[in-house]
Amino acid sequence: MRQVAIYGKGGIGKSTTTQNLTGALATHLGKNIMLIGCDPKADSTRMLLHGLAQKTVLDTLREDGDEIELDSILKEGFAGIRCVESGGPEPGVGCAGRGIITSINMLEQMGAYTEDLDYVFYDVLGDVVCGGFAMPIREGKAQEIYVVASGELMALYAANNICKGVQKYAQSGGVRLGGVICNSRKVDGERELIEAFAKQLGSQMIYFVPRDNIVQHAEINKQVVTEFAPESDQAAAYRGLAEAVDNNDMFVIPKPLEQDQLEDLMMEHGFLGI
Amino acid sequence: MSSETIEAPAANQQQSLTDKVLDQYEAKVYKNRKRHMVTVDHALETPQEIAANVKTVPGMLTHRGCCFAGCKGVVLGPIKDTLTIVHGPIGCSFYTWGTRRHKAIPGDDGLNLVPYTFSTDMRESDIVFGGEKKLMKAIEEGIELFHPNAVFICSTCPVGLIGDDINAVAERAEKKFGVKCVSFSCEGYKGVSQSAGHHIASNQIIRHVIGENDTPPAAQYSVNVLGEYNIGGDGWETERLLHRCGIEVISVMTGDGAVADMQRAHMANLNLVQCHRSINYVAEMMKTQYGIDWLKVNFVGIKSTTKSLRAIATYFDDPALTSRIESVIADEMETIQSDLDYYRSRLTGKTAALYVGGSRSHHYQLLLHDLGVRTVLAGYEFAHRDDYEGRQVIDSIKVDADSKNIETLHVEPIKGKYHVRFSADQLEDLKGSVNGLEYYEGMMKEMDNGSLVVDDLNHFETEAFVELLHPDIFFSGIKDKFVLQKSGIKSRQLHSYDYQGPYAGFRGAINFAHDLDMEFSSPIWDMVTPPWQSKPLLNGTFTNDVNFAEGGDK
Repeated sequence: MRQVAIYGKGGIGKSTTTQNLTGALATHLGKNIMLIGCDPKADSTRMLLHGLAQKTVLDTLREDGDEIELDSILKEGFAGIRCVESGGPEPGVGCAGRGIITSINMLEQMGAYTEDLDYVFYDVLGDVVCGGFAMPIREGKAQEIYVVASGELMALYAANNICKGVQKYAQSGGVRLGGVICNSRKVDGERELIEAFAKQLGSQMIYFVPRDNIVQHAEINKQVVTEFAPESDQAAAYRGLAEAVDNNDMFVIPKPLEQDQLEDLMMEHGFLGI
Repeated sequence: MSSETIEAPAANQQQSLTDKVLDQYEAKVYKNRKRHMVTVDHALETPQEIAANVKTVPGMLTHRGCCFAGCKGVVLGPIKDTLTIVHGPIGCSFYTWGTRRHKAIPGDDGLNLVPYTFSTDMRESDIVFGGEKKLMKAIEEGIELFHPNAVFICSTCPVGLIGDDINAVAERAEKKFGVKCVSFSCEGYKGVSQSAGHHIASNQIIRHVIGENDTPPAAQYSVNVLGEYNIGGDGWETERLLHRCGIEVISVMTGDGAVADMQRAHMANLNLVQCHRSINYVAEMMKTQYGIDWLKVNFVGIKSTTKSLRAIATYFDDPALTSRIESVIADEMETIQSDLDYYRSRLTGKTAALYVGGSRSHHYQLLLHDLGVRTVLAGYEFAHRDDYEGRQVIDSIKVDADSKNIETLHVEPIKGKYHVRFSADQLEDLKGSVNGLEYYEGMMKEMDNGSLVVDDLNHFETEAFVELLHPDIFFSGIKDKFVLQKSGIKSRQLHSYDYQGPYAGFRGAINFAHDLDMEFSSPIWDMVTPPWQSKPLLNGTFTNDVNFAEGGDK
């Protein structure tokens, strides 16, 4: 069982990329997958489940006395992918980080991690903001991390921050960075920039996902691209990403950049042509 | 403290004692701890300075408590007509329940909630989803069941971490239920000790409690007693004395205290400050807001009590009051004199070490001195430099980040409620004749040359100093009492008075002397045979045959 966590700046397309990636891994490569959404909004499995449907793990916490059934929180979605949402508090109250810790522990207790799984994916909210959000990479929950980024400074800044978290836990646990997934924003020199950035981290750009409106069309229809338009170029791109992840053998402890280095990199690749 | 009967060792001898203890530390800790130790030497030209109210070195086995303990446990705990809800997991509430022996009896309204403890009992789901709703429900239930005069909400650490807005809950609850609700953000992690909690509690008492009821006092002279927590009934004894003198006590903060009384505290003529450390904030802010002068008193010790009562007489400057106070002093002295002589004859020549909170280490030295007992070591858990060196150093105290984090209220005179008794010039003159008027001289000035002062004393140092100084008795708390007793030193708790008290005033002094004599005279320790005297504590077997006859080699 490979346990994979996907991190990246808020709004960069983590959930979209993760669902399309798992969709392709399941249909194209026939993998058994569980996807755990670690976002209080509970929208990480929307396209695989064709809508926001199931109860979250943390909802069950609030039910007194009842025996908690795994069935009520784990739903099979597109291509047999098992979908779980950790859930969490309303914005501005409570502790979402603690919620993720609690929820992963509960899933383990309830026996969600079965032997037949090839992959468990964690789709984690935003940046690594506190201990709770680092939960999937603590204590060896996730062994490999992919960071979704684009050629914008703030995306790289967040990616770099996440790598600091990975570096910290890599030393105590076995977690490694598997690579940077470029989710293109059609920024100048984007491919070169991400490649150079990943190289400086000591890692790789594992795949360049081009920008295509079909992703948005699929999203509106509550489907992953593989389901919505299996013949499209974009579906092929996600299959490519799936293969790259499945065949990946480059797992490193990242070397995060200093702020100066990051800005120099932008100057060199991002804005030089302008 | 001058004394004919007691010889103090020379300062330079004691210097080497602190070195002997400090030498066992590694360089960094040595440097830190050295600043917290002073061997008193009044001959020095510059007054001695001690480091206080700073972070404890991690791993030191400190006896300090936390900010929550200072706020909920010390200042708010003794108030009997409020429902003090601990917002947090159950432990913070349970382990601060009834541990301080602040006694209370129901007031005229029949309320006494001191024997209870109230908690929101936060669970994991409350941490994840936030506990505000649960808190609101707890307030509602509490008000319904107990009809308190006010509700106090105390934050614990996790509440600060998840950001439950207890201030907003308090505001909403006050509107909804029509009962005063005050929130205290006293998360345990704030500051460096319980001292931060005293400050936070004082701020909210000033903001939300004092000044709300203008019912005037009945007597000509009225006071509040600040920093008297009625441990073992001390506050009652103090009140009894003041009443005998014809002085009305409007409120006691906070021993056997009530919000209903504290709301009219601003109507008093004078504030008496017993524990300077925990509540000088209230005294100072009341001075600014209402113009009420404050007087540092000490009702622990016979000479101290006499001195404090006379200072009150001098302050009010009324021959009738003065003569009444003098006759009370004479009468109380007459009652206790023979007991005092008896106990003094039995206790004179003994030595003591004291390690208590932020005032008692000073106050009890004076009582011990009355009984002929010499103090060889004294220290505070959480005092600031002014409690050691005197208030004149306050302006020179470097405020570090830990203290800056604690809110300092900036208050203004309140229109219509601000009254002064003396003009600024008159007050300055009066300060010359009234010892302790808006001033605290600190502990060190009254200590003998050569005695030791140690701030934030830890377990290791306690044991090390006991071995070097051999005090006859060590006054401390529950955390070290049994360690001391096991090492053969008499020990009594000065936080809780074990099971005894009151120790305040003239009669209290005799109670204290009695308990001390009992401690020394009790044959109990001779009746116990320690296990190591009757059987070996270690068992072992040889792993190989040993031939001792041939020199012990195999």
